[in-house]
Amino acid sequence: MFQILTPSGGLVEESPLELALVRRLYRAMVFARTYDRKGTSLQKQGRLATYAPFEGQEAAQVGSAAALESNDWMVATYRDAAAMWMQGYPLELLFAGRTGDERGGSPPDHVPVLPPSITVGGHMVHAVGLAWASKIKGENRVALTYFGDGATSEGDFHEAMNFAAVFDAPCIFFCQNNGWAISLPREEQTRSETIAQKAIAYGMPGVQIDGNDLLGVYATTRQAVERARAGGGPTLIEAVTYRVGPHTTADDPGRYRDAKITEDWRKRDPLERVRLYLSEREEWTQEWQDQVEEEAAREIDRAIELAEGLAPFTAGDTFDAMYAELTPALLAQRSEAEA
Amino acid sequence: MTVRNIAQAINDALDSALAKDSDVVVIGEDVGRTGGVFRVTDGLLEKYGSDRVIDTPVAESGIVGVGFGMAIAGLKPVLELQFMGFSYPAYDQIVNHVARIRNRSRHRFTAPLVIRIPYGGGIGAAEHHSESMEAIYTHIPGLKVVVPSTPYDAKGLLLAAIEDPDPVIFLEPIRLYRAVNEDVPEGWLTQPIGEARVEREGSDVTLITWGAMTKETREAATALEAEGISAEVIDLRSLVPLDVETIVESVDRTGRAVIVHEAPRTGGFGAEIAALLGERCLFSLIAPVIRVTGWDTVFPLKRSEHHYLPGVARITAAVLKTLEG
Repeated sequence: MFQILTPSGGLVEESPLELALVRRLYRAMVFARTYDRKGTSLQKQGRLATYAPFEGQEAAQVGSAAALESNDWMVATYRDAAAMWMQGYPLELLFAGRTGDERGGSPPDHVPVLPPSITVGGHMVHAVGLAWASKIKGENRVALTYFGDGATSEGDFHEAMNFAAVFDAPCIFFCQNNGWAISLPREEQTRSETIAQKAIAYGMPGVQIDGNDLLGVYATTRQAVERARAGGGPTLIEAVTYRVGPHTTADDPGRYRDAKITEDWRKRDPLERVRLYLSEREEWTQEWQDQVEEEAAREIDRAIELAEGLAPFTAGDTFDAMYAELTPALLAQRSEAEA
Repeated sequence: MTVRNIAQAINDALDSALAKDSDVVVIGEDVGRTGGVFRVTDGLLEKYGSDRVIDTPVAESGIVGVGFGMAIAGLKPVLELQFMGFSYPAYDQIVNHVARIRNRSRHRFTAPLVIRIPYGGGIGAAEHHSESMEAIYTHIPGLKVVVPSTPYDAKGLLLAAIEDPDPVIFLEPIRLYRAVNEDVPEGWLTQPIGEARVEREGSDVTLITWGAMTKETREAATALEAEGISAEVIDLRSLVPLDVETIVESVDRTGRAVIVHEAPRTGGFGAEIAALLGERCLFSLIAPVIRVTGWDTVFPLKRSEHHYLPGVARITAAVLKTLEG
């Protein structure tokens, strides 16, 4: 398993990032964790319909997203808010989606990120299409798609990998193997020893990395992105990480997994090792940490306010985006609904 | 003007679209090298190259899912699913993604793609190759469903579908591919989606149909004329959006309606039309609406196909029933 930054903040090899950028990405990870904890809290208050926490997976998402250019496509899932935010998806829209408002799926025109996929495994083929289109149009953009260990059992994972390799699509398949698909552990998801080696069957490179290592995640993703952009085709990255929290706030992991395993994984926390790394180089202080957390909390609160402030749809509004132009049947139904 | 059959008209439409718009790509199994299993895409690969006419692995869900991604990125994919019976693996992508992306993104992302699906029986084909399950597509919010029965409409509707900013399921009646010939103008021509065609005017009964059944319905109308019965024949051409006003105007006038489709009866699209007629034409109807359809049985293999598909006899019998007492 490829690794650059160890759990104690030491380097296995040279850092791919200069210190200032590591500091910026650490800040982003703190922001992400603050957002994530707020999400769970809001759901418990009944202000979000449902929330899928990503605690423990911050390095996997922030490190990989940082390797993209601003106009590269991203096709992510309901657990990848940190990655989506890194690529420009507004926080208030991430919240709006979770309050149950379709406007959450409508990022600004310059943000090349699709609304989060709720179906498991249905979205990787979309990334292949986006990447392939970029190739056909000569746009030089790549597509990066996130999915978990569970998604690799869906038929559309197979079809996406196959298409991507056959047509040399500049698509990066980033699997966050967080150990669980709701209650099914990774060992029962597939008999393959690693998810990364599935790439061999499709004729593309595959690599397994320490998903809690910000530097290793960045370096590997960057390499895959550059290969794709240079015409070298797709790559499968398996980032081994851990879903510290439940599947969603409606789930109770105590019913199916041993709390000790989770505690062991907390010792490999993705934020802590970067904090140690920065501390050693005098780039981290508690004061700075507090400041960052405070700024994050404020920005997140502002985003929630915006999301909750959206005026609710009328019955008629729910018809608005069915087609470019409503059909006669829908116009008639809308009148009926509004009456 | 050139005389073309439906297969040739579709080929002509694809050729015109590929020539006019560099964003159009034709994608499917066997569409390139062999020109399609029905030869509908014949010659396109040679003319436009493998970046525009693409042979895919055997993977229907992948074809639609990848085509969907391409459409979001600004291309105009014309996807082919080889037979309706093989379209089901792609149903998840169609229902859960293609049909709803505009709604779930509030117009930010859209899927201007066409899915061409050869369909229908009467071709003596192997199991699964003769299905007519348009109802599973008409029932999904966010799609459009069109089905031409003439070469002119095939070209016009396909080009309209390609121009349409929303996803269109384009059904091609296999049995009619080479059965109908007519003059089709050269160049760009579109037929509006959502307009039915009154093929034959009449005053005693309205026959409502689409796709391959237009052939038998037309023949039934001719046979009825010899008996002094004047039948109006409407070829719907577009199931979603449906031209309700043309149907209602006709049935209000004739007072009798017979709906003909080869798909199974229960929950078939004919049921939707019958319900609409009940809502809009009840006080004009002088007989119950009758649906002449395939049975609620699995589509039979070749030797029993004739028991299943509605023929002229069943259609004329239904009309005569509406004229009873």
